[in-house]
Amino acid sequence: MKKSFKLSIVLLLALTVVLAGCGNNKNNANSGESANAGSSGNTASNVKIGLVTDVGGVNDKSFNQSAWEGLSAVEGAKTEYLQSTKADDYETNLNKFVKGGYDLTWGIGMDLGDAVGKVASENADAKLAIIDATVDQPNVKSVTFSENEGSFLVGVVAGLMTKTNKIGFVGGTEIPVIKRFEAGFQAGIQAVNPNAQLLVNYTGAFDKPDLGKTAAATFYDNGADIVFQAAGGTGTGVFNEATARVKSGQKVWVIGVDKDQSLEFGDEVTLTSMVKRVDEAVKRVSQEVIDGTFKGGSEVLGLKENGVGIADTSSKNVPADVLAKVEEYKQKIISGEITVPSEPAK
Amino acid sequence: MSKILKLFSGSGAISIIAIVLGLIVGAVVMLIGGYEPLLAYKSLFSQVFGNTYDFGETLREITPLILTGFAFAFAARAGLFNIGGEGQFIVGMTAASVIGIKVHGLPIYIHAPLAVIAGGLFGGIWAALVGYLKAKRGVNEVITSIMLNWIALYLANFIVRHFLLMEGKQRSEDILPTASVSFPWLSDLMDSARIHWGMLIAVLCSVFFYYFMWKTKQGFELRAVGNNPNAAQYAGMNVGRNVVKAMFISGIFAGLAGAFQILGVFHYQSIMSGSPGTGFDGIAVGLIGMNNPFGILLGALLFGTLTYGSAGMSFGAGVPPELIRIVIGSIIFFIAAQGIVRGIIKPFYFKRKKEKVL
Amino acid sequence: MNSATPVVELKGITKRFPGVVANDSISFKLFKGEIHALLGENGAGKSTLMNIVFGLYQPDEGSIEINGEPVIIDNPNKAIDLGIGMVHQHFKLVEPFTVTENIILGMEPKKGSNLDTKTAAARIQELSEQYGLRVDPYAKIHDISVGMQQRVEILKTLYRGADILIFDEPTAVLTPQEITELMEIMRRLVAEGKSIILITHKLKEIMHISNTVTIIRRGKVIDTVKTSEASPSILAEKMVGRNVTFKVDKRAAAPGGNVLEVRDLFVKNKEGATVLNGLNLNVRAGEILGIAGVDGNGQTQLIEALTGLSKVESGSIRLNGKELANATPRQISESGIAHIPEDRHKHGLVLDFSMSENMVLETYYKEPYSKRGFLDYNAIKKQAQRLIQAFDVRTPSAETKARSLSGGNQQKAIIAREIDKNPDVLIAAQPTRGLDVGAIEFVQTQLIAQRDQGKAVLLISFELDEIINVSDRIAVIYEGQIVGEVLPEQTNDQELGLMMAGSTVAGGVRHE
Repeated sequence: MKKSFKLSIVLLLALTVVLAGCGNNKNNANSGESANAGSSGNTASNVKIGLVTDVGGVNDKSFNQSAWEGLSAVEGAKTEYLQSTKADDYETNLNKFVKGGYDLTWGIGMDLGDAVGKVASENADAKLAIIDATVDQPNVKSVTFSENEGSFLVGVVAGLMTKTNKIGFVGGTEIPVIKRFEAGFQAGIQAVNPNAQLLVNYTGAFDKPDLGKTAAATFYDNGADIVFQAAGGTGTGVFNEATARVKSGQKVWVIGVDKDQSLEFGDEVTLTSMVKRVDEAVKRVSQEVIDGTFKGGSEVLGLKENGVGIADTSSKNVPADVLAKVEEYKQKIISGEITVPSEPAK
Repeated sequence: MSKILKLFSGSGAISIIAIVLGLIVGAVVMLIGGYEPLLAYKSLFSQVFGNTYDFGETLREITPLILTGFAFAFAARAGLFNIGGEGQFIVGMTAASVIGIKVHGLPIYIHAPLAVIAGGLFGGIWAALVGYLKAKRGVNEVITSIMLNWIALYLANFIVRHFLLMEGKQRSEDILPTASVSFPWLSDLMDSARIHWGMLIAVLCSVFFYYFMWKTKQGFELRAVGNNPNAAQYAGMNVGRNVVKAMFISGIFAGLAGAFQILGVFHYQSIMSGSPGTGFDGIAVGLIGMNNPFGILLGALLFGTLTYGSAGMSFGAGVPPELIRIVIGSIIFFIAAQGIVRGIIKPFYFKRKKEKVL
Repeated sequence: MNSATPVVELKGITKRFPGVVANDSISFKLFKGEIHALLGENGAGKSTLMNIVFGLYQPDEGSIEINGEPVIIDNPNKAIDLGIGMVHQHFKLVEPFTVTENIILGMEPKKGSNLDTKTAAARIQELSEQYGLRVDPYAKIHDISVGMQQRVEILKTLYRGADILIFDEPTAVLTPQEITELMEIMRRLVAEGKSIILITHKLKEIMHISNTVTIIRRGKVIDTVKTSEASPSILAEKMVGRNVTFKVDKRAAAPGGNVLEVRDLFVKNKEGATVLNGLNLNVRAGEILGIAGVDGNGQTQLIEALTGLSKVESGSIRLNGKELANATPRQISESGIAHIPEDRHKHGLVLDFSMSENMVLETYYKEPYSKRGFLDYNAIKKQAQRLIQAFDVRTPSAETKARSLSGGNQQKAIIAREIDKNPDVLIAAQPTRGLDVGAIEFVQTQLIAQRDQGKAVLLISFELDEIINVSDRIAVIYEGQIVGEVLPEQTNDQELGLMMAGSTVAGGVRHE
């Protein structure tokens, strides 16, 4: 009895490993148009650019995907990516490109910061670049974003459009990047609607849609009508919950993150999105390598640099007067009249 | 030595056939997906043996698998299903980090061993908890160890966040250089692959495992309890104490794996959003190695090679790394479902048996 | 009668398993209205043969004819359709179900979509009157006696229309009274036109009830004889292949003083019910005390209390005056109590250990087997080889796994190990269970030899013959107490049977 129980657990385990593999594999094949076999671009050129994702993988519908889309759009270079399945892989994956003679190697996500730093110091001739982290090495280009500025704008939208005066924020893990989202969002709401209440929930994971779904359900049940998600794959759950409620006649909204998520989840639930132009940054820095103008150092992309902003399709659901207000605040931030905090107020 | 060989014969053949079947299934899946299996397997091996850096990194990949494989197998020999290697691994990581970061002023020959020992010890205690609950309260070890996996994960994150955090980062501060178990000159030799003393310790552990289990009085008790707890009790052995002891030693292996990962590979501990999975991989390694210490060395070699080589497969043949999980999964499946393998080799098997009888 | 067509005829049945020929061209005829006994030692191939008849195995060679028609029986349902029913040694009943539910299980009469229990109960009533099978159709299985459970099994086969009944070791679990009743039922069945195959290794029953006996040894039919023309010694000789004496040779006992004294022992079982109710007993040096009783009257708990596996609630266990109640198994073992356990697979051996490892299962931690924490395999092997030699354990080598030995040789190994400890008290629980005649003889001889060396031997057995033949004194256990004591030469099956069933003592001396 006991033996068969154990055996069945073992078989189940084996099956899970197989199924997990199958599932992901299918996923990969589906997106194969843009990222088939992990390489694209004009192979005629001599310039080679590699990209290493974090454990989210290249189809995370968030910054990894956005980065790869940006890199794929680069003309005149052979481009390739490697997905990391665990933290141990960062260094070896980066080295795969660096030691393979690639002209530029991207590390996507703050988790890769240490690995990029180490590889860069060991290979002074190589060029590397990283998104969302600052690495202090002469041969590394660090690109970070002022997520708080973009979040401020969607905060303005939420503050003006809420009917219940309750707004939710679902974060991934409680890390500085995500804190910037919350801080900007909070400030934006505060600026236009001091009576609105912001409910905050950090789910602790970027890859758990079920947690996102529960978090969103709790917010909506407590009377919130707009939820801003900055939680990667977890955010998919937020959208699923909202979609289900919209279908049953409830009027609720989600504000998307990183990309224009209305394209993915539809206009019925997506009020607007806080767009972080990882693709643009990747494309631009990669182009610098092709043009021979690449320089190490760090840059912070905010509203001024068009590194963050609200999605172009926002006008579908957001009335013109609200958008006008958004534009007004945007100018104030760019001009420096308003400084958006990067830490949420207590 | 001949005894060691004897431990293999029979089960060894099944393992090899299971591996071959797994590779065949993987090839079929690749063909269906439109990839070239031969090119893929070729790139896999060139990824692993292509240059010294990759070879070193493969060793790095294998090391924790050996130890978590032992963690599973040692308990299994005593009749326990230790699915909690993951939690014990994390606790070992955390204990090593705390000692490595917080203890100052020790020379390297004390600090590093101390951190390693702390990792092993706390991993052992974490597992002994499971053993204690089983021995005293009869709680099924599968349930408690799964629960403790989660507790370990969140406890580790809590400790890193509140006591070890590097300002503005999602990780702890670096461990002091005196706590590092890296192997600098070998590492330089291998193009700065992350080589550390853990590999050597893991191999020594296999010798310890073998001697303890088959040559000592205590190992005799553990095996008796594992094979037939009723008879062991009848013969005057303390079953409960042996359960705790088996879990403790089992947890030490997993804890050591975690400690080496911190002290030899990362030199800091990240806040984890999910389990690293090394402990679970250890279960697979234990199964491939048929719970035999030397079998596990080979099992970890296989598992680590495949895992590390997967990057090569996706690089050289465009095969997604997920597919290699299918190959590994198939191998485990064929080993676990030995009946299938036996069925396939039955014609040969019986022929041989008959000859023996005659 | 021989001129009639047999109801079952097996022609040259051969069945091979890897490495073994279980049945070697066996031919066998069963005629209508006869009880045909199939006699053989354990492992002789009786069960394989009957499993072939019942459709659980397919023969490699040979054919089966039912009422002169050749048939292929490829599953038990086919066998049932052909009118064959099997009463298994281990009952196949659903405990929480009632008698009726168990009987109709699998072929429930329906009224619309509902169960028609009434019709079923009426049919069962009818059958039970016709054959004298007293059952309570509405009682639940776990509330009725073993004897009645067996009657339910018989009714099950009759309900399915069986004309040919196979009884597999039917008396193994019954008290003497229940055995007598079963014999009556079997006679009734054949009188009503049924035919019976009786599988057993008990010669007494065969002489008592059967018309014909077929003896099987090592998969081959040795002989088929009319019971009236046979005698137990002839049958035993044919079964074992050599001369067998039935009376255990033993001198009169010369008991010394009390070695083991048990006073007012109270022990609870795992469910918390008190199973031993103030049990008292003494075992003297140089005698064998036999404990007779029906299974489940506290024998298991008595053994567990004596060996330190069960907690003693109150009372005392003294070995040579030393208190051992609630001592650990190891303390007890070291004090001089050795024990041949009831279930040798569960408690006696680690089946996946080698014979040498099993031989030191209780002494591995002592010199010379273990030195400074390390095992000395040479010393262990030497000890194992010595015991294997001395007790004639048939094993290919000392490194062979216990699992691959026959039951008799496993038991020999355990006895060797226990006797070698040179104990003051030897507890033997069901030491001959499942063994064949040759092995039984060996075990009993060993017990008597221990007695002759002045050891105290406590024998617990459900086999009355064994108790009467081997013991020097018999104590009867009933509901957790010793209810009486008799001397073997002054008692018989009937008297013991009554005492075991709890009725007042006729001739025995009540133990106070």
